[in-house]
Amino acid sequence: MDLTYSPPRRRGLPTPQIVAYAILTLGALAMVTPFIWMVATSFKSPGEILQPRFLPEDPTGDNYTQVLTRTLFPQWYLNSLVAAAISTASVGFFDSLTGYVFSKFEFPGKRIAFILVLATLMVPTEMLVIPWYVMAQQTSLVDTTLGIVFPGLITATGVFLMRQAFKSVPDELLDAARIDGMNEFGIFSTVAWPLVMPSVAAICIFNFLGNWNAYIWPLIVTSKRATMTLPIGLAFFSSEAGSAWNLIMAGATLSTVPLLTVFVFLQRQIIQGVALTGMKS
Amino acid sequence: MKSTKLTFLGLASALILAACTGGAAAPTAAPVAPAATTAAAKPTEPAKPAPAAGETITIEYWQYNFQVRIDAMNDLIKQFEAANPGIKVVHNSEIPNADFQTKIAAAAAAGAGPDVVTLFNGWVPAWVDAGYVIPLPEKDFPPAEIEKNFTSLVQGTKFQGKYWAIPTAVRSLALFWNKDMFKAAGLDPEKPPATLDEFVDYAKKLTKTEGGKITQQGFAVEMNGQAHQWFREVLTRQFGETPFSADNKTINYGSAKACEAFTWLTKFETDYKTGSNDLFDGATTAFTNGKLAMHIDGSFRLGALNSAKGLNFGVAVLPTRNDIKSNFGSFWTHGITKKAAADPKKLEASIKFLKFITTPAAGTLWVKYTGELPAQLSAAADPALAADPKLGAFAKQMPYSIATFFVDEAKQRQALIDAFDAVRLNKVDPCKALADAAKKDQALYDDFWAKHK
Amino acid sequence: MTLKNRRILWAYLFLLIPLTFFIVVRTGPTLFAFDISLRNYNPMAADKPYNDFANFARLFKDLADPDHVTRKAFENTFKYVLIGMPLQLSIGLLFAMLLNTIRRLRTLYRVIYFIPFVTSAVAVAWVWRSLYMPDFGLFNLILELFGVPSQRFLLDPAQSLPSVTAVVVWQGLGYVIIIFLAGLQGIPETFYEAARVDGANRWKIFTKVTLPLLNPTLVYLLVLQTIAFLRMFAEVVNLSRQGDGGPVNSTTTVVLRVFRESFGSSLNMGYGAAITVMLFVIIMTISLVQMRLTQRQVEY
Repeated sequence: MDLTYSPPRRRGLPTPQIVAYAILTLGALAMVTPFIWMVATSFKSPGEILQPRFLPEDPTGDNYTQVLTRTLFPQWYLNSLVAAAISTASVGFFDSLTGYVFSKFEFPGKRIAFILVLATLMVPTEMLVIPWYVMAQQTSLVDTTLGIVFPGLITATGVFLMRQAFKSVPDELLDAARIDGMNEFGIFSTVAWPLVMPSVAAICIFNFLGNWNAYIWPLIVTSKRATMTLPIGLAFFSSEAGSAWNLIMAGATLSTVPLLTVFVFLQRQIIQGVALTGMKS
Repeated sequence: MKSTKLTFLGLASALILAACTGGAAAPTAAPVAPAATTAAAKPTEPAKPAPAAGETITIEYWQYNFQVRIDAMNDLIKQFEAANPGIKVVHNSEIPNADFQTKIAAAAAAGAGPDVVTLFNGWVPAWVDAGYVIPLPEKDFPPAEIEKNFTSLVQGTKFQGKYWAIPTAVRSLALFWNKDMFKAAGLDPEKPPATLDEFVDYAKKLTKTEGGKITQQGFAVEMNGQAHQWFREVLTRQFGETPFSADNKTINYGSAKACEAFTWLTKFETDYKTGSNDLFDGATTAFTNGKLAMHIDGSFRLGALNSAKGLNFGVAVLPTRNDIKSNFGSFWTHGITKKAAADPKKLEASIKFLKFITTPAAGTLWVKYTGELPAQLSAAADPALAADPKLGAFAKQMPYSIATFFVDEAKQRQALIDAFDAVRLNKVDPCKALADAAKKDQALYDDFWAKHK
Repeated sequence: MTLKNRRILWAYLFLLIPLTFFIVVRTGPTLFAFDISLRNYNPMAADKPYNDFANFARLFKDLADPDHVTRKAFENTFKYVLIGMPLQLSIGLLFAMLLNTIRRLRTLYRVIYFIPFVTSAVAVAWVWRSLYMPDFGLFNLILELFGVPSQRFLLDPAQSLPSVTAVVVWQGLGYVIIIFLAGLQGIPETFYEAARVDGANRWKIFTKVTLPLLNPTLVYLLVLQTIAFLRMFAEVVNLSRQGDGGPVNSTTTVVLRVFRESFGSSLNMGYGAAITVMLFVIIMTISLVQMRLTQRQVEY
């Protein structure tokens, strides 16, 4: 978008530009160096980790074999994927539907219902983990996928974003569909919803990232290795590995690189989506 | 803009699609777990009566996640099931040590969890209070027999006049030393220090620095490892204090004599600078990787150290002072839960299983896997154990090892870690730091005893 | 049935599941949390009696004791907010403005700065923990090049809190930059041109044009990041050696205290809930102040 705009050119770059590039490059270096260190350490042999050097002298892929065969990384991956996908699908649908109602319908009790949802934004998750845990215990949801996802199946933030988004959908369009005899769910799903897909994608992306990296609740609600999500599994594995930094870094690499790859491919959509959630709320 | 919208659409539908397929894929993919899990595969599946066998009773056994213990218990369970065709034991060893108590609480509250469970000896009072375990039936586990056949350490878990748990094996502390480093420092590699004074002397001699940086440590205090136990049950006694009153109600390790012991310990880091637990990622790692010459640790460390490449080490009894010998004994012990007690058939099976895993033979099997010594005296007296170059030191110290009566083991450990850190990092006076820790612990004991008049 | 009534019915039908969800999963548990905070609540015990505000009494007593770990947790948490939030916002704004000046490679930089944000805090914490290691961590390798003696960073109570703050600032920076950048791009070019015509220098333009027009974004990020720092947990657990907010409680936070008390060996959920009520009051106050501020924004 910026590349099409060509500024008045002088020979070379003006000084402020050079300074800007210099600082930005320095900053970029600070951003990626930890990741390079992570990958480099993940290829070191056990004897090399206590040596003060940056790159492995004799790189070995052994750490990855060990992490993949001796731990439950593949299982944790799957658990995270399932949990994040379920909650994202649910959020994408229900947040839209709820936002749509608050945006386009008039009904007795609307104000109260809206305040009820609004009020939940004030309460930090940390206050709810104790009650949730007691509830999960009583309903045998500890160590289940539903137990991991239930608190985040619908989000108030998403509802607000969608309520804003649906305001841009003209009422005439919906009324025209009504005259055509379409039922209200049909109008929502085939007329209104497709028009706000950028917002839906934004909340889905934000939610997926949030769930994928969620820590405190999955930590509390899972107790067995087999039901842990990736961050919990990684934390558990790392503290058990003691000081096998080569293994820990292999685990960290395994847990970050796939998502980072997806991110690089979808970076434009993801960054715009995140910016959108920031601007509207 | 249009193309962006389309991409968003695609992305959104992909996510939703992922949700469906992801959800559907879960059940088929779950059983294909990596090899490591087979040891504990599907541990908590609800006990279903097996239709073919008719009278099969299934009981659940839980312990925390530690590989050699898992292997040992799997072996025992295999033998037990072969000997008792009507009983099936489901082994859950999935829970990390740090979460074990919490998760047991969660399971118990939900009416689930183990029938037979392994707990740390220091947890017995707390678990009895919480109602997780029942007293061992005296008919099957007569107290007189326990006191006659088992190491006297077990008597430390007698609570409210009853036994609530019984162990397979026990462990104690010892001095591990690196023979190659002794040789390089001109010390006799077969003669570890015998007294605390020698110990200090050796630690200094074994420390090497280069340009102000320690490259080889003589000794480093690992307070979050075994050093707090060593201090409480061994050093305080050697400096003329008894850590607890006889009735376990009063804590004495805040005293001036105990502070002498504590100061002795802190000096390695503050004065002699022979090493620190902050260096080389902790003392245990440092010793394993040949960066630390002397280390105080438990028998359970043997497995890992034996498999460390190029590590030439010996194991000796703890150094003495004024000829006072003492050691800290501890053990993981097994109890029967309330859940098992609710069903007479399960209770019977649980009792059978518990008896089986606490026999002398079980102890002999256990020591081979884990390095922990049999709890039954007849098995522990095996001359082969005393003669073993590595296990011998532990076996020798068993008769005078003492099991601490903990009220809250985690908090008591933390109190000493904090006290030690306060001295070495914040330059707090050792006696003040120690007195604070003792005061915190005393409050825990006061609360505890107020509940158990 | 009239058309209007039909639509009302549809609205109720659509809201049935979401509202039930909010009541069961949000509102109910909120009230439940207050209830727990008033009880001696051990999930194991059959009896969970009300205890005359004993949890709050203990909380205030602990807060009054300068050596108590709960007091330390609150102190540390405020330190995280006061150091981390301004640092993150000022660096974030600087980089966003730089990104806004450059013509090429903007996308590349944006992606790079955003990478830590899409990484889990757990992975980030463990990577940084190894970077901070005294003998073989990257930072000490670099310091050594300059002849600076080895530092203990996370293991030294004097350095540990800033060290943890740096990790959190680093990780969240990408998000702050993106939001600021979106805000900056929303400022019409004509404002800058007008200022330049008036002969304003860079600093003048920044203080008189950029900052005021960026105010909504600034307030939004201020509140958001303050709350994020107030809720710090995952980083501290995974950066401290015992997962306890050490050494000597120098990095522990309010949420870590809640976790330890409620789910640790003592299972003292009543006290844990009392701390969360306290946290709730703090966060609500901040949110209300924000609402006031943004409302004023809308008015002028």
